[in-house]
Amino acid sequence: MQTVKIVVTGPFNAGKTEFIRSVSEIDVVSTERKISSIAEQVKEATTVAMDFGRITVDDDLILYLFGTPGQKRFEFMWEILSEGMLGFIVMVDSTRPETFREARSILQTFRAYAPTPYVVAANKQDCKDAWEIDDMRVALRLDPKVKFLPCVATKKNMVKTVLLELLYSILTEMEISQN
Amino acid sequence: MALKGNLRDFTVTQLLNLINLARKSGTLVVEGPSNVRASFREGKLVYAESDEEDASLAGILQRNKKIGANQYRLIKERANHMGDKELGLLLINAGYVTQDDIFASLQQYFSDVIRRMFSWVEGLFHFEPEMMPPRGRIAARMDLENLIIEGSRQLQEREYLQEEIPSLEMALKFTDRPGANLRDVKLTPEEWRVVSYVNPKNSIQMLARASKMSEVEIRKVVYSLLQAGLVEMVRPVGMTLPVASRVFPTANREEQASLVNRLITRIRSI
Repeated sequence: MQTVKIVVTGPFNAGKTEFIRSVSEIDVVSTERKISSIAEQVKEATTVAMDFGRITVDDDLILYLFGTPGQKRFEFMWEILSEGMLGFIVMVDSTRPETFREARSILQTFRAYAPTPYVVAANKQDCKDAWEIDDMRVALRLDPKVKFLPCVATKKNMVKTVLLELLYSILTEMEISQN
Repeated sequence: MALKGNLRDFTVTQLLNLINLARKSGTLVVEGPSNVRASFREGKLVYAESDEEDASLAGILQRNKKIGANQYRLIKERANHMGDKELGLLLINAGYVTQDDIFASLQQYFSDVIRRMFSWVEGLFHFEPEMMPPRGRIAARMDLENLIIEGSRQLQEREYLQEEIPSLEMALKFTDRPGANLRDVKLTPEEWRVVSYVNPKNSIQMLARASKMSEVEIRKVVYSLLQAGLVEMVRPVGMTLPVASRVFPTANREEQASLVNRLITRIRSI
């Protein structure tokens, strides 16, 4: 049996667990804990080690989706999780501009760990106070060549699009490095 | 317990705070990018010297433009055997400088020596309770509070920069901004120095080495260049292949492509 993995990362409460839950064929193996910090009490529980989802491709191939913990104090997990990843997705909460700087920092950290292809997903685009994609691109200082995709982590079709765009990028990079 | 360790674990600001609160007397010896000795009496800074420059009174006064280059040369030639206290008295009596000039220059130099250490992220230190300033040197008592506050600010800035530029392994390239002319941009000499080495082949670490800057200094410069939109961070040319073979269960390129295509087909069907 062959296995490959894709990592879903991003700041605290960006929607990583929900993203994996939308497409995983198993119940996401989550390491969520009740939130103790008052500052972080925008949701009830948070990921402290990793989320773990699975998509069986065929008899011989499985894709694992790993979600990283969002808080900075669990940063030590990031490098472990990034080891051997096919590519990664950075989730950004479109409604919380105060997390954009951290998202940028996470993106750069992951690029340094493993220079694999990546895409950035602007989550919660269905919320009324979500930032426009173009404005977010500027705020996140994303290169025009970086794929920046609108997303609603609870909508399977949008999650599929993000994953597919990442896989297309991986194919393109493979072609470039072959030539 | 002996007060010794590495600045990696205990910052200069924390050390000063400890010395201040515990009203310690003795000399802090730090071996970092340069060697520094700073002496304290009852929690107050009384002396500091770095081996980076001439720490004698003549050297300090000359750098502060209180005496000229020729006067400095003459003192070094004819009065090098003299202690700073003796030399100070001689210069005051001869009317070259005032006592205030001497104390102001010494205090400025001592503060500068401490300030320079704020940017050090690595360096062995130990505190010698019995050791006082070298004989003949002039002590100038200074409160530590202002230096501690300044150091804390710099520490916060350093942490912020570390978050903004987490890796120095990345490279820089000029952004494609048609019409923008670098010559019209007002850059500091440090920024110009770094700009001259910007190339996707050079990691930020290499830029720091080429322009003789510390990690903090290069991060500051890179941050301002990024903020100004002049450069962007890129993966250095020649860094590990974008899709390393270890991420795939097979090393065969065709099989790798087939695997990705199988993933695409599967995800489309979900």
